[in-house]
Amino acid sequence: MMFKETKLLEKQMDNFLDIISESVLVFQEGLRRYFKKQADDFESSLNKVDVLENRADDLRRDIENRLYTETLIPESRGDVLGLLENMDKLVNGAKHVLKEFSIEIPFIPVEYHEEFLELANAAGRGVEEVVQAARRFLSDPLSVKTNLHKVYHYEEEADSIAEKIKRKVFRSELELAQKNHIRHFIINMDALADKAEDVADRLAIYTIKRSI
Amino acid sequence: MIFFLYLSSGLFLGWSLGANDAANVFGTAVGTKMLKFRFAAIIASIFVILGAVISGAGASETLGALGSVNKIAGAFIVVLSAAITVYWMTRLGLPVSTSQAIVGAIIAWNLFAGIQTDINVLSKIIGSWIVSLILAALFAFVIYRLVIRFKLLLKIHLFRLDAYTRLGLIIVGAFGAYSLGANNIANVMGVFVSISPFHAITLGPLNFTSVQQLFLIGGIAIAIGIFTYSYRVMLTVGKSVFKLTPQTALIVVLAESLVLFLFASRGLHDFLVSHGLPTFPLVPVSSSQLVIGAVIGIGIAKKARNMKYRVLGKIGLGWIVTPVISLLICFFSLFVWQNVFTQDVVDREVVHIQDCDVKY
Repeated sequence: MMFKETKLLEKQMDNFLDIISESVLVFQEGLRRYFKKQADDFESSLNKVDVLENRADDLRRDIENRLYTETLIPESRGDVLGLLENMDKLVNGAKHVLKEFSIEIPFIPVEYHEEFLELANAAGRGVEEVVQAARRFLSDPLSVKTNLHKVYHYEEEADSIAEKIKRKVFRSELELAQKNHIRHFIINMDALADKAEDVADRLAIYTIKRSI
Repeated sequence: MIFFLYLSSGLFLGWSLGANDAANVFGTAVGTKMLKFRFAAIIASIFVILGAVISGAGASETLGALGSVNKIAGAFIVVLSAAITVYWMTRLGLPVSTSQAIVGAIIAWNLFAGIQTDINVLSKIIGSWIVSLILAALFAFVIYRLVIRFKLLLKIHLFRLDAYTRLGLIIVGAFGAYSLGANNIANVMGVFVSISPFHAITLGPLNFTSVQQLFLIGGIAIAIGIFTYSYRVMLTVGKSVFKLTPQTALIVVLAESLVLFLFASRGLHDFLVSHGLPTFPLVPVSSSQLVIGAVIGIGIAKKARNMKYRVLGKIGLGWIVTPVISLLICFFSLFVWQNVFTQDVVDREVVHIQDCDVKY
């Protein structure tokens, strides 16, 4: 009974982390489709992220319920719940950006597309590394550091790409309203990398706590 | 009937042992909500009784060798004095052990009866208290290092580790409760052994000796203590005193249980003798102090700073203060009981220096 519950929870946690990884890939794919003006495909990416976000929410709630009702991992429960909630924000962030693209249909000149995809790539790799770190935290906490420094690296890279695009945009001939509109999207995409960094910071502390 | 009336002091001491010392076995598991209290109490009660009945005689013999109280009224006063000492020192927040209290009370009876206390037995008992503390620290140190090494090697998932820890806490807790019953029943019922009115009962292949019947009653008193009062103590131990994680708690309980078992198991003792190996004296030791020893062992293994080594000084002081207080209370009570209430507390006709001559 005890081990059956444990196996189920391990599986759910794995599924949850898979969803986070997948949602970032779908987010990057959606962005590419947007720039290629494949409206239908882009909407299908948005729907896919939406489904993934709902699944992640359901899984998170189920794991949280099990942890509390079965009084499992009493010492690390708070940390694992904090981890789940913060990782859930990564899917929400990915969905939020795609939804804003879908609603506001921002005009982004073609010369910025490559840099936007680079920004999405840096944020996505940060998220992927933090997912790896979370997996390691659950079974081999001492090796978490390997991934954490990569998360910080990609967050800095995302910041620098975001700044570069903003500088270019605000020195262009675009209308101020368009510049502000583009800036809004840059900030939202960069925020994804910041969210990954927040999770990494938490993981660093949880790891120290588990090693004491 | 009069025997059961006098036995009440032993039952009270048993109840207080169950209320306090069961927390040393299941305290952290219950306090951290790894195990439910009812479940822990059932396991603890069953195994305390089994330990007392099956393996309780060894440590009891040593107490008998220290002083074989030969009148029921005397045994009543000896145990009551130990119980009062434990209760009073606990109220004052001083570290106290039932084993140390009962030894002081037995020496008081010896003094009152004019019997010379066997210094060899006494030094064996005091030596065991010191050695048991060091052993608990050593076991905890070694087990902790091994566990850390295996944990790093096996990379066990957090959820699975939780399940293993729970299972470990149940198994080690049961072993701890068994060892506690085996080792500490001597404190509760040891002095009543030589004046037990029970007769051996044979049920098929099972022979239930008079001592075992006595220890069963003592074990039940401990179990009642566990059910009625240990919950609060468990929460205190689990949450505020040591603040152990469930995994370190498991190591502490295992180290404590192993030491209790070493100082209680006749089987192990005989095995070591038969193989020409050094043996451990069968002496009641303090489970609370073993827990502290084990925590210190883990602290050393973790290279922890801010270790409060002063607690060792307090334990050392307890080794002297507890028996002395218990001795004074017991001697005064024996005097009052004999001279004011005109009850015989010593059978002067059979008084002689006892030297391991109690037959079981």
